[in-house]
Amino acid sequence: MEGGILNKLTNAVVDCDIEAATKIAEEALQADVDPVLAIEEGLARGVKIVGDKFATGEAFVSELMIAGQAMRQAMAILEPAISKSKIGRRQALGKVLIGTVEGDIHDIGKSIVSTMLSAAGFQVMDLGVDVPVQKFIEKTKEVKPDVVGMSSLMTTTMLKMADIIKALDDERLREKVKIAVGGAPTSKQWADEIGADGQGADAMEAVQLAKRLIDVH
Amino acid sequence: MVRFSSSNIPAFQLLSRDEIESIHLASMKILEEVGVKIYNDNALKMLGNAGVEVELDNRLARIPQHLVKECLVKVPSTVKLYSRNGKDNRVLEGNKVTYNPGSGALYILDSNTGERRRPLAKDLVDLVRLVDALEFIQAQSTALVVSDVPQDIVDRYRLYVVLKNSPKAVITGTFSIDGLYDMKRMLEVVAGGEKELARKPMAIFDTCPSAPLKWSELISQNLIDCAKFGIPAEILPMPQLGATGPVTLAGSLVQHNAEFLSGLVMAQVAKPGAPLIYGGSPTTFDQKHCTAALGAIETMMLGCSYAQIGKYYGLPTHMYLGLSDAKTVDAQSGFESGLGIILGALAGINVISGPGMLNFENCQSLEKLVIDNTICGMALRLMEGVRVDNETMALDLIAKVGPGGNYLAEKHTLEWIRKEQFLPSNLIDRQEFEAWQRAGSRDIVKRAREIVQETLKRHQPEPLPSDAEKELDDVMKDIMKRRKISALPLVPT
Repeated sequence: MEGGILNKLTNAVVDCDIEAATKIAEEALQADVDPVLAIEEGLARGVKIVGDKFATGEAFVSELMIAGQAMRQAMAILEPAISKSKIGRRQALGKVLIGTVEGDIHDIGKSIVSTMLSAAGFQVMDLGVDVPVQKFIEKTKEVKPDVVGMSSLMTTTMLKMADIIKALDDERLREKVKIAVGGAPTSKQWADEIGADGQGADAMEAVQLAKRLIDVH
Repeated sequence: MVRFSSSNIPAFQLLSRDEIESIHLASMKILEEVGVKIYNDNALKMLGNAGVEVELDNRLARIPQHLVKECLVKVPSTVKLYSRNGKDNRVLEGNKVTYNPGSGALYILDSNTGERRRPLAKDLVDLVRLVDALEFIQAQSTALVVSDVPQDIVDRYRLYVVLKNSPKAVITGTFSIDGLYDMKRMLEVVAGGEKELARKPMAIFDTCPSAPLKWSELISQNLIDCAKFGIPAEILPMPQLGATGPVTLAGSLVQHNAEFLSGLVMAQVAKPGAPLIYGGSPTTFDQKHCTAALGAIETMMLGCSYAQIGKYYGLPTHMYLGLSDAKTVDAQSGFESGLGIILGALAGINVISGPGMLNFENCQSLEKLVIDNTICGMALRLMEGVRVDNETMALDLIAKVGPGGNYLAEKHTLEWIRKEQFLPSNLIDRQEFEAWQRAGSRDIVKRAREIVQETLKRHQPEPLPSDAEKELDDVMKDIMKRRKISALPLVPT
């Protein structure tokens, strides 16, 4: 019974059917399905399937994004039930704070990374775009993430990443977090240059990097 | 030039007159009902005073149709671009074509190793000197973002290098608000003063809104400043279809046109009569690789289509064509660039930026510049068309040579061969097979590399007059002093 609902959740996400995903999430609540299982084995599994297909060029990025939306909207229905659940807590792999740096309004890549990190089991706080250095600092203090992710798509704005790292350093937060960077003009070399802990060239690498960074943490 | 007329019709048309009008009306509706966001309070206030419906806290500007119409009639139909020595002046109007290298590449394909690397100042010097010698690439661009200077002045530095190494006009842009002011000073020094530069512009500045429907503070300020200074601005919307614009071509044309018109209004309100060029770099967005496909056929179709709309408005046009998504100079780079260069000419696009460029819009190659130059030559020959008159039909000659004769030793042949045939350089191989083998069985890239080396050895661009050169050096040194930079490549101490 439960297996059936979990499969239906997975399929709704893979089919990019937001309506179906939310409807089945309601069904899951009615049927007393463990909400953590519904998210991890149902929804997130669906996003991972689409993510893998995207990595091999079989799926389009629009499919990945809509699948991600289906997961998020269904999660919104299931999450309130988690605290009431007697079966288990959702153990996040870790916390990731992510944003596109100040002066830069590109967000497609970053949003895909957020989706894939969520699907992989991270708790993601997405600050959006054009995020000032100060906001990265404030939110790092507030949220205490394991990984701080910075994105930029322009050579002019990627310089801000160095500013953020310096500011974290000044506030003695640098040693408390791992820093990952991404976006077309960035590179592993750039990450080294500015003292970041790593760079992801695409969403798949970003997830692997995040997992690697929290293991070492 | 009659506005909204059919007199500026290019040879190749994808859109009918009705379709152009539908897109025009649809984009005016978008501007009026959806609006654009402009992250520049001064620009918003300026527009508000001109009758635009502005919501300051949302940065939103809804532009009424009557204002768009009023502004459209103020824009000049011709932009004249001047070279430093008056020898390669370009007139941007009608269906006349000017090619220039794609600008702003972060990388260069190394001529010797074939690897993609960050360029140095000397690479830009080589590129500019090569382009100076390439007959069919008639304008320069600030083609490379060089890596051996501080990145906060790299925009000005690029222009400094181009101005010193070629008299051809320049297509450029800036990465900072005050970058424009420094670059204007450089241009004034070369032109002979502020008034001279305004009368005879030597450079066009590219300004790109952020699709969909957004203007950053930097770009909106650049556009307004260009308008005030009389510097021709190329407005370059660049929706990526399915990502930052509708996936349907018509949808992105509507958005592209709306963004362009919003820029036109901003420029005309800032200074009526400001010279503008209807430009762009819209692309297919490849959903499998999340890359902008400059070599996609739809990308080229978009350029040709919005150029028709630009001509409908009676404006000079521009597009990024002649580039390739390939990472090496190969068959893909050949046909993607070839198609673009030819289609652009057929579509009568006045400024075509792209030759030399690979890796989407991010890598220049000297060898590819040589190859693309030949394609540009072919395109220009194509647009000269077929000359049909008594001399060319040559009835008397045909009668004289008669059945079974031949034309090789005829004076007519000698007289007309250079006018009728595009004579490519040795880049193009037309040898007999055995001759090609004896010459080393070389492919086009090897031949292009030889031409690059030979050209750089032989060709000396006309240098700046020594007083202008000193003044330009002084402008650069002043920039360095203000920013506490002690030394820069190529700047005399």
